[in-house]
Amino acid sequence: MKHFLDIAEISRESLIELLDMTANMAEINRRPVPKVPALRGKVVATVFFEDSTRTRISFDTAAKRLSADVMGFAASASSINKGESIRDTIETLEAIGVDAFVIRHKTGGVPATVTKWSDASIINAGDGANQHPTQALLDSYTIREHFGGQDLTGLRISIVGDVRHSRVARSDIQAFTKLGAAVTIVGPSTLLPSDMTGWPVEVCNEFDSVIGESDVIYMLRLQRERMNSAFVPSLDEYAQRFGLDKSRAKRMRAGSIVMHPGPMNRGVEMCVDPAEIPNSLILRQVTNGVSARMAVLFKLLGAGGIPEDEG
Amino acid sequence: MNVLIKNGRIVTASGERLSDVLISGAIVAEVGTNLAPPDGCQVLDASGCVISPGFVDLHTHMREPGREEAETIETASRAAAKGGYTCVVAMPNTDPAQDTVAVVEFVKLQGERAGLCDVRPSGCITLGRLGETLVPFGALQAAGVHVFTDDGTGVQNHTLMRRAMEYAKDLGIVLAQHCEIASMTEGAVMHEGSCCSHLGLPGWPALAEELMVYRDIELCRITGARVHILHLSTARSVDLVRAAKADGLPITAEATPHHISLTDEQLRGFDPLFKVNPPLRTRDDIEALKRGLKDGTIDAIATDHAPHAPHTKELALDAAPPGMLGLETALGVVLAETDLSLAEVIDRMSVAPARIAGVADQHGCEVAVGSPANITVFDPEITWSVVPEELASKSRNTPYVGRTLKGRVRHTILRGEAVVVDGEAKK
Ligand SMILES: [Zn+2]
Repeated sequence: MKHFLDIAEISRESLIELLDMTANMAEINRRPVPKVPALRGKVVATVFFEDSTRTRISFDTAAKRLSADVMGFAASASSINKGESIRDTIETLEAIGVDAFVIRHKTGGVPATVTKWSDASIINAGDGANQHPTQALLDSYTIREHFGGQDLTGLRISIVGDVRHSRVARSDIQAFTKLGAAVTIVGPSTLLPSDMTGWPVEVCNEFDSVIGESDVIYMLRLQRERMNSAFVPSLDEYAQRFGLDKSRAKRMRAGSIVMHPGPMNRGVEMCVDPAEIPNSLILRQVTNGVSARMAVLFKLLGAGGIPEDEG
Repeated sequence: MNVLIKNGRIVTASGERLSDVLISGAIVAEVGTNLAPPDGCQVLDASGCVISPGFVDLHTHMREPGREEAETIETASRAAAKGGYTCVVAMPNTDPAQDTVAVVEFVKLQGERAGLCDVRPSGCITLGRLGETLVPFGALQAAGVHVFTDDGTGVQNHTLMRRAMEYAKDLGIVLAQHCEIASMTEGAVMHEGSCCSHLGLPGWPALAEELMVYRDIELCRITGARVHILHLSTARSVDLVRAAKADGLPITAEATPHHISLTDEQLRGFDPLFKVNPPLRTRDDIEALKRGLKDGTIDAIATDHAPHAPHTKELALDAAPPGMLGLETALGVVLAETDLSLAEVIDRMSVAPARIAGVADQHGCEVAVGSPANITVFDPEITWSVVPEELASKSRNTPYVGRTLKGRVRHTILRGEAVVVDGEAKK
């Protein structure tokens, strides 16, 4: 498989291989000159139909550290809504010469659809509320790095907040459970998917009952516009029921960690300064993001791709 | 000009018999065996085929005027004829909408110019389909409109819909509803269910349809208006209509070929080809729709033929318009997917929709001496697969590529003229 679209398509074995590769890349990133010639001559195009400076910079840095050339394309969401053709954009860039497209879109399925129009490798950098597979890789790596071991077996991970609209949650749930963790999702029913048949998770509607039981508290971002469609009565009320504040941080289990995919919403889901929590790995996630994206780029462009999941 | 159909069979509820059918002018002149062709008569072979009254589609989006890049009345008529339809009801969500006599007359005229199918325009219920002001029902009826609908959206305002029904009752016209509570389906791209939750896409809940089905049944109960429910898609909707009919209400309903053959699982590949409104639902819904068709709760199969230009179906799922082609594949889907008898298929695709559309004097008439020669001849056993490039429609958005269909139209005769012969449109 030359694409990286969806954690569901990746076997546990391949996921562990990618984690190991991420560790190798992290080693490179610790060198005085963090750059290797592995992808010299390859062209990586970052095509962001939805703004995300953080993710784009992370991919950009990852590609450059592997010596690939990077082509950046930012299309504003508004021109896409007017019906600008994604196909035209992709075909135009491909005609210039691209080995891998890194694609972000506000709507689920766009990276998968692009595979029909391009011979290049497609990397999903987040599509709608569907998938964000490199985030799942960097999150899994960050947890494994902290707790040690080959996978995440035995860990209890609580994902808190707006799971309904979260591509991070969908990818993380698949990755964490494939790697052996027990996952609980926590939030009001309005912010949980309406039909979770077959999801390998526990569901809890109250933050306080999981706080002392979790090895990992993974806070999701709550977009402020959710208030407008009555998903929550008010941001204040949300913060009171599902925000991580000092008192909840104190009740966390010894040795447990806090994570967040960024950007944080201070005063909404994060009601405490992460610097004041002993085990916030939020910045560690950002650092590891570069290594994880290097691992994916190298696997696809320099090491023949990722084996199909036979399962 | 005479046409002789040789060696077919005429199927009715009471049985079937081998027959030749001789057409003279626009009328069936003779039905029997071993009929000899008069001089100069066109002879159409119907061996192994059923000679049926031409199909009637209650739900065709012809796109003209306004979106001729997707379809025209001519190309839609050709697709209809190839699908065995001799009459289609043209949906009013054109641009301008079919809310004035002028637009309705234009659609009729374009249908006559194409000459491939009897095109009967529907009218809007509200001006511009905006849900605010009723159309001049009387004037439009005088121009030949019998079915009124805001299809594409449902009439949201309860009082306005009540008034429309009270008014329509006096005129004897049909109000056809696209049942969808708009405030429950904002941004929806697929059925709200486990598949939708998995993919993280915004969903159309079944309830958004069922609430309006229920509302219109109750409005029908207090007004007595003739109400037709468009494209039923959920099991509960079927139950509601069944109960309403048991109460004797003047309600009819239709289901589409795609809602009885495809599920929401099709969206797993994120292909906008499978985005349609109402959305593809679940296996349970399909089974309920088929039971409804079998027991007559659902009167008619209607295509909701909705052409879209290829580039629009290459947009992201939320930006792509809903809808799929249907005219040329309807029979093949119905025979492949349902256990309806041939007589029942003819009833649901011709007789019942002709009655609902108010065209039963011309279409859906048993093939017998003296009846109008609007006839389709189809092979009910042949299997085939869809080649998009071979479709007569101007668009290519068929969801059936790669699927085997069963049953295909061989000849279509409109007012005594063979407009399709051996699967080829003659003009
Ligand atoms: Zn409709």
